Amino acid sequence: MYPIILLSFLGVVTLFLGFSKSKNILLPATLLFLIIALASNFIDWGKGPFIYFYDMLRVDNVTLAFNGIVLLSAFMIVAISGGFQDNADSEPAEYYGLMLFSLVGAIMMIGFEHLIMLFIGVEILSVAMYVLTGSNKRNLRSNEAALKYFLMGAFATGFMLFGITLLYGATGSFKLTEIQGYASNIPAGSESYILYAGFLLLLIGMLFKVSAAPFHFWTPDVYEGAPTIFTTFMSTIVKTAGFAALFRLLSNTFPIYGFWWIVMAAIAVLTLLVGNIGATSQNSFKRMLAYSGISHAGYLLIALTALTKPSQNAIIFYSLAYSLSTICAFGVLILVSKEKTIEGQPNERYEAFNGLAKQNPLLAFVLAVSMLSLAGIPLTAGFWGKFFIFTSAAERGIIWITVIAVLMSTVGIYYYFRVIISSYLREGDMIKIRVAPFYKAVLVLATFLTILFGLVPGIFEGLI
Amino acid sequence: MLTLLLILLPIAAGVITLISGERLAKQIALVGGLASLGVAVATWMQFDPSAGTQFGFKYAWVASGGISFAAGIDGISMLLVLLTTFLTPLIILSAFKNEYKNTPTFYSLILFMQSALIGVFTATDAFLFYLFFEAALIPIYFLAAVWGGENRLKVTFKFFIYTIFGSLFMMVALVYLYYQTPGTHTSEITAFYQLQLSPTAQGFLFWAFFIAFAIKMPLFPFHTWQPDTYTESPTPATMLLSGIMLKMGVYGLIRLLLPIVPQGMADWGIVAMILSVIGIIYGSIIAIQQSDMKRLIAYSSFAHVGLMAAGVFSLSVNGLQGALIQMLAHGINVIGLFFIVDIIYSRTKTRYLDQLGGITQSTPHLSVYFMVLLLGSVALPLTNGFVGEFLLLSGVFQYDAWLGAIAGLTIILGSVYMLRLFQKSMFGPKSKWVEGFQDLTAGERAVLLPLVIMVFWIGIYPNTFLKLTEPAVSQLLQLVNN
Repeated sequence: MYPIILLSFLGVVTLFLGFSKSKNILLPATLLFLIIALASNFIDWGKGPFIYFYDMLRVDNVTLAFNGIVLLSAFMIVAISGGFQDNADSEPAEYYGLMLFSLVGAIMMIGFEHLIMLFIGVEILSVAMYVLTGSNKRNLRSNEAALKYFLMGAFATGFMLFGITLLYGATGSFKLTEIQGYASNIPAGSESYILYAGFLLLLIGMLFKVSAAPFHFWTPDVYEGAPTIFTTFMSTIVKTAGFAALFRLLSNTFPIYGFWWIVMAAIAVLTLLVGNIGATSQNSFKRMLAYSGISHAGYLLIALTALTKPSQNAIIFYSLAYSLSTICAFGVLILVSKEKTIEGQPNERYEAFNGLAKQNPLLAFVLAVSMLSLAGIPLTAGFWGKFFIFTSAAERGIIWITVIAVLMSTVGIYYYFRVIISSYLREGDMIKIRVAPFYKAVLVLATFLTILFGLVPGIFEGLI
Repeated sequence: MLTLLLILLPIAAGVITLISGERLAKQIALVGGLASLGVAVATWMQFDPSAGTQFGFKYAWVASGGISFAAGIDGISMLLVLLTTFLTPLIILSAFKNEYKNTPTFYSLILFMQSALIGVFTATDAFLFYLFFEAALIPIYFLAAVWGGENRLKVTFKFFIYTIFGSLFMMVALVYLYYQTPGTHTSEITAFYQLQLSPTAQGFLFWAFFIAFAIKMPLFPFHTWQPDTYTESPTPATMLLSGIMLKMGVYGLIRLLLPIVPQGMADWGIVAMILSVIGIIYGSIIAIQQSDMKRLIAYSSFAHVGLMAAGVFSLSVNGLQGALIQMLAHGINVIGLFFIVDIIYSRTKTRYLDQLGGITQSTPHLSVYFMVLLLGSVALPLTNGFVGEFLLLSGVFQYDAWLGAIAGLTIILGSVYMLRLFQKSMFGPKSKWVEGFQDLTAGERAVLLPLVIMVFWIGIYPNTFLKLTEPAVSQLLQLVNN
């Protein structure tokens, strides 16, 4: 609740700060704003649940935990976004303002209690992202990505709105509690197909946002084309918010294990296959991370398919682990690709990492830990993320899906290790990369948290 | 607390080694290894074989899930802890004569590996077991991939993916078992023993565990990563892989597979048994053909582990006791043999039998040590190999006379490839590669002497170690037979 108000206000302040002469104040100011938002988020901790705005928005520990992940990720991303000043075309004030506004959208998605609120949240988040994707305005790829993202996103939004309309037609309400009340009291034999159709359309709209297969086709191109810093934003914050929203939708609204579970299971498996197998054939590290993002959506979908008691914690833990590692991976990519260029463009291929460890042991270590975590190797947070997901599926008794996920994790090791091998075991003409202290601090913090959660996953418990 | 100390001490030593700088790293690592050995021996002195699991500790880890950081030592664990702590300082010492770049990292990885191995052998919580089982892979992967031979990248990559693939199945099995435990669930291994599982479930679990451990050991037909990895790794890594890490697989069979799925064992044990026996013969025959000494020993190791697995699957006291004592013996012999190959390689720059010959003319010490270890490996009476193989074969023979007879060929085939190894490298006319071959240095003898002492100790008085494991083994078999 507080973060929404604060971020809306502070976003406007950020825009006005853009008029000031010294652009250097923007970054520290935005960071400060995010710290304020993060702190204000936890004021309500343990007091909820509260329902605000005539049953439109919900605040409880679960939404606060998701908000925390989103705000922490945003803080880290802003902290490593120092390069805007170099580019004469860039408009840092707008970028930071849009990032803060999009966070408002993300927080609305996380805590929605009313379908219109979900829609507004998705739109606030998405419109900001369309603009940010195309923010490198002299770059053809960035423009193409923005247009692609916008057109596809508009379609998905259309599906979503159509779905919401049908749901309203079937149940007479936008409120989750009332839709739930209706859906759980349908007498057998009189199922309403309008309800089902509406729900599935809404689901499609949401699955598009989290890039689940078969709605993933935009992901690799958009992730690759967008400026890397906004790719990071997209792959962490949009995904976390999307899954939080999906979780609320599936766990609260429809009777547990309803008609949709087989749809979800099929999509989860398809997403796992597409993400992991697609990632193996990439030569670009950035594009591989796009596919890896798809595959992680697949693992999270398993938790949504199972939807047992541990699922909630599993999704929260997994989102956090995934966000931390992804920020590290992209953070190192930004530094490395800026040093190594092909024809003036940043080199984002695996070869760019050759010999990284020799000159830049810290960056190589950060990258290695993030890759190990994404691959789900023990002693990293990613392992426990996968572990909790698998236990939630096992509790529901759907072992077969776990077996597929396990096979796909093995595939995952293949492509995550390619970059570790490049940076540690191959020779290359890497120079020593200068890293700003703040940038370094964020990478070290994220790596530290990844290992900490890997060693003592229990510190999360009892919180939620 | 001793158990916790055993797990943490190598980590602490590893961290100190890592930050100690190029010059002191070796010595600090060695001191760390010896300190662990000291703790292990102290534990052994206080250990009472008949008292079950001892020196246990337990900390809540994921408290609401009943997952705890729990470890303890019973007879079987004790034996393997002794093996690990005895071999690690020798492995560290054996690496002294070669220069490895990034010395501190190299030695600290060996110590981290030791910690993970001890963790595997002492964990009493299934997920902790799994965690160490996987964690052991990371140091050994980097040891092999950074300091290995020419094809190291491809080979170690295959090794890593192959073994992780196997252990992930174990994870699925463990998660399934965890949800079968009553109440709020627990992941204690002993709780898994009490479960009443349907025969179908046991069948699936059997294969999940079997694949995980069979890849690790490796058993036929999951062995294709092994010869390449052993050959391409630097010798200390090969020693860790063959001397200790291979035992993780056998230990897993004994600790998890047998007692958790006895019905699965009864239904499918025969298949596992036949695969093991095929591995024995297949490995031995290929070993006879090898010209690369390291590869030859790799295949001999593959054959030996097949016999250990066959002993475990025979479900008899003799078979299990034989497998345990053979783990100890094999660890000692194989490390000695790899070290001798490394000595020959570092002086002649070749490992190929065709290019060697006549070494014995100038090297009385090397010849004697080599011969003793080799005879231990071919199971000559009064050496360590004999006790193990005898018990193992009698176990397999009880299970099925025909299989026992086929497995028994290992003694003949083993002598063929081992004596061929010795003859081609040590005897005959002196080849141009071995000109000016120096005999063992004091440092090299310091590694080989303890190994040779152990060869005779186990060969002459195996009871020291058999007594250690006997109560644990009979308790285990009781569980299986109920």
